[in-house]
Amino acid sequence: MPLIGFFINGIFGKKIASERFSGFLGSGVVGASFAASAWVFIEMVRSPVDSRTHVVTLFDWISAGSLSVAAAYRIDQLSILMCLIITGVGFLIHVYSIGYMRGDPGFWRFFCYLNLFIFMMLNLVLADNFLLMFLGWEGVGLCSYLLIGFWHDRRFDTGGYPPGSSTTSDAARKAFIVNRVGDFGFLVAMLLIFSTFGSLAFGDVFPRAAAIVEPGSTTIFWITLLLFLGATGKSAQIPLYVWLPDAMAGPTPVSALIHAATMVTAGVYMVARCSILYALSPATLQIVATLGCLTAVFAATIGLVQNDIKKILAYSTISQLGYMFLALGVGAFTSGMFHLITHAFFKALLFLGAGCVIHALKGEQDIRRMGGLAAAMPTTRWTFLAGSLAIAGIPPLSGFFSKDEILLRTYAGGATLLWIIGWITAGLTAFYIFRLFYMAFEGEGRYSQDVQPHEMPVSMTLPLVLLSILSIAGGFIGIPSNLGGRNLLEGWLEPIFSRADARLASPHEAPLSMEYALIALSVGIAVLGVYGAYLLYRRRADLAARIITRFNAVYGLLLHKYYVDEIYDALFVSPLDRISKTLLWKGVDVKLIDGAVDGTATLVLKLSDRLRRIQSGVAQGYALVFVLGIIVILGILVLRF
Amino acid sequence: MIPLSYYLSLSAVLFTIGVAGVLTRRNAIIVFMSIELMLNSVNLALVGFSSFLGDVRGQILVFFVMAVAASEAAVGLAIIIALFRNKQTVNIDEINIMKW
Amino acid sequence: MVTRRNPVMGVLFLIVNFFCLSVLYLTLHAQFIAVIQILVYAGAIMVLFLFVIMLLDLGEETRFAGKGRFRKIPAVALAATVLVEILLTVGVLGTPAGQSERSVEIGTVEFVGHALYTGYLLPFEITSLLLLAAMVGIIVLAKKKLGSS
Repeated sequence: MPLIGFFINGIFGKKIASERFSGFLGSGVVGASFAASAWVFIEMVRSPVDSRTHVVTLFDWISAGSLSVAAAYRIDQLSILMCLIITGVGFLIHVYSIGYMRGDPGFWRFFCYLNLFIFMMLNLVLADNFLLMFLGWEGVGLCSYLLIGFWHDRRFDTGGYPPGSSTTSDAARKAFIVNRVGDFGFLVAMLLIFSTFGSLAFGDVFPRAAAIVEPGSTTIFWITLLLFLGATGKSAQIPLYVWLPDAMAGPTPVSALIHAATMVTAGVYMVARCSILYALSPATLQIVATLGCLTAVFAATIGLVQNDIKKILAYSTISQLGYMFLALGVGAFTSGMFHLITHAFFKALLFLGAGCVIHALKGEQDIRRMGGLAAAMPTTRWTFLAGSLAIAGIPPLSGFFSKDEILLRTYAGGATLLWIIGWITAGLTAFYIFRLFYMAFEGEGRYSQDVQPHEMPVSMTLPLVLLSILSIAGGFIGIPSNLGGRNLLEGWLEPIFSRADARLASPHEAPLSMEYALIALSVGIAVLGVYGAYLLYRRRADLAARIITRFNAVYGLLLHKYYVDEIYDALFVSPLDRISKTLLWKGVDVKLIDGAVDGTATLVLKLSDRLRRIQSGVAQGYALVFVLGIIVILGILVLRF
Repeated sequence: MIPLSYYLSLSAVLFTIGVAGVLTRRNAIIVFMSIELMLNSVNLALVGFSSFLGDVRGQILVFFVMAVAASEAAVGLAIIIALFRNKQTVNIDEINIMKW
Repeated sequence: MVTRRNPVMGVLFLIVNFFCLSVLYLTLHAQFIAVIQILVYAGAIMVLFLFVIMLLDLGEETRFAGKGRFRKIPAVALAATVLVEILLTVGVLGTPAGQSERSVEIGTVEFVGHALYTGYLLPFEITSLLLLAAMVGIIVLAKKKLGSS
């Protein structure tokens, strides 16, 4: 259905200058999809566990030799969950966009792309085989590119590198290219899967995985590793995360939808979907967990000192995604999905709230020039607070439950070092998000006087409120059993992950007291983070300045994102650029290809020059040829007899 | 009796000499004469076959060949005369206006 | 003949050649053809050749000069090849043993004439047309243009 919306908006949108129509249509189709998903969900809940998986085959897509891929969609517990998130949060963001993009000349185009994106994302999560999933995978990459570069030539500050400022289309390109590297991994993995299993359909690969592949073998290691490479590209982990902060150049609803709630979670979904494959390769799982953990802390440190409101949120996203991968890496697939869901809620909320602030302050994005908005924008402020509490992991909001469960499972799985790092990151998370909150909303206004901030229209605030409710209450679907609640989520997703869970060594259940201790520790450090932010930014602002000067070097390092962009550029981009320009362009293109074309022409010319001498005009020459011919014919005659 | 193959061999030899003449000489008229020689060799072969096989058709053919050869020689000579008027030479190598 | 440089000598040798051929025809009992050979070839065509040579007042053919010197070699080689091939063909194919009994009979003028005017009348007439066409062509070609050469 979003596809229909895309088409209609795309074809007619230009003519229908009315903003309301595009907005309604765009949101409407997504809303309808949400309703459909909800209905399917309810149906599923009612049906018995075994028959909850449905595979709908639309048509045979590719049928070439031994490769036969159908356009088939799989609806099961996992995918319906993703559907609900995508369509639900997506719907809210569409509604928000009606207000946010008001007055923009490309209004209809925006909704066009948004609809296309939803379509692609749904394709991705509903696919029943790797190829269809890859179609959606690429598709969302494309839409991301389109949407990031939506405002074509806007300049923005990339935080020091590349020097000067670049345009949004540069950012979009960066996103797409970095994604490409990951996609390459995905492709190679698909090839390996096909050669190992003989098919790309989930229904063929997953049930037989344990039988066909040796656990821990090189094949499965590479398959999972390459798939994960694709995930790092899409979900912005080390080493392919660099595109996400720059992607903030796009409109805020884009950031909210794509880079908080949906596209970046595609990687997580993919790994979860292939859980059995990962369970068969413990080495990869370790890599996933370690990488996720490192990414989490790495991004959190960078986010500590950034000054652009969206950049902070971007690094926060990277960090939270790291958490999800950490969860997947220790085998807690359900926890990873749990965090995905809660993160979708509160991160979208945070982004949309930030969008309100930016809009209110007429495009200001630097938090050093914000503040004092508490009175002017109450709704935004309270919802933003809710989101911040959620991400910091303060109980009883949703973020607490999901993050805590991840940490719990990490510890229980025996990865103590990872637990410590994750624990520290939780503290950092609380700190940076509340730094953001305080600087943006509290205290004295630091913005220029002629800007009068005011609250946003209902189309924008309503989604905020809804999302904050979800952020607060959403945690209750996953309360761990030993705290007295029923872990609904885990039960729901259990059939999906059953094969993987069975394979992995079951985590030692930590004793109850240990659990409480861990919970107390994580809550404790979160509160500490909040207090620290309060201290530095509310009470004693000078203290913050002094710390900065004391640790100037460290500060510089963090501010410049560890110079990773510079390193990448030196290692990859510049050499590649130079090679392309000199060798490939001048050398290959000009000399080789042009040379070949010109050369062929010259060759023909010379050849024809020679050949034409045969026609000399001297009759005897012709006679000579006659005789030659006679000889040949006679020779044949002689030989025949 | 002289066997047929002798006649045929003689015919072949004559033919070959004619070919050599065509390819080698530069005087157009002599080239024509070589062509006549070739035609005659063919005549010889034809008559030989006709005699040995008892079929008159060989001789009929010879008759016609002669007629055609005569007209062809005449026409060729006329052409040479016309050429000579223009180029003052019958040297084949210099008559190369048909060159591309 | 082909080796003579003087074209007149070449013509004369060719005439001798024709006479010899005529004799050969006689050995084959082809009287009609023998006579025709002398009359037409030696008598008419060669005379024509002589006329033209005299008319054009050709001198001796010049030697091959420069690059053309080597033209003779491949030409002769090719010609030799042709010879060999023809001989081979002849040798491979069988030939009748002796002259047929009818050879005498069919060589006479009567017989040939009879065959010409009955069975092969059409080609005969067409040949006359051919001669006519040749005559016309020659006259057109060789005629001096009025007023210019």
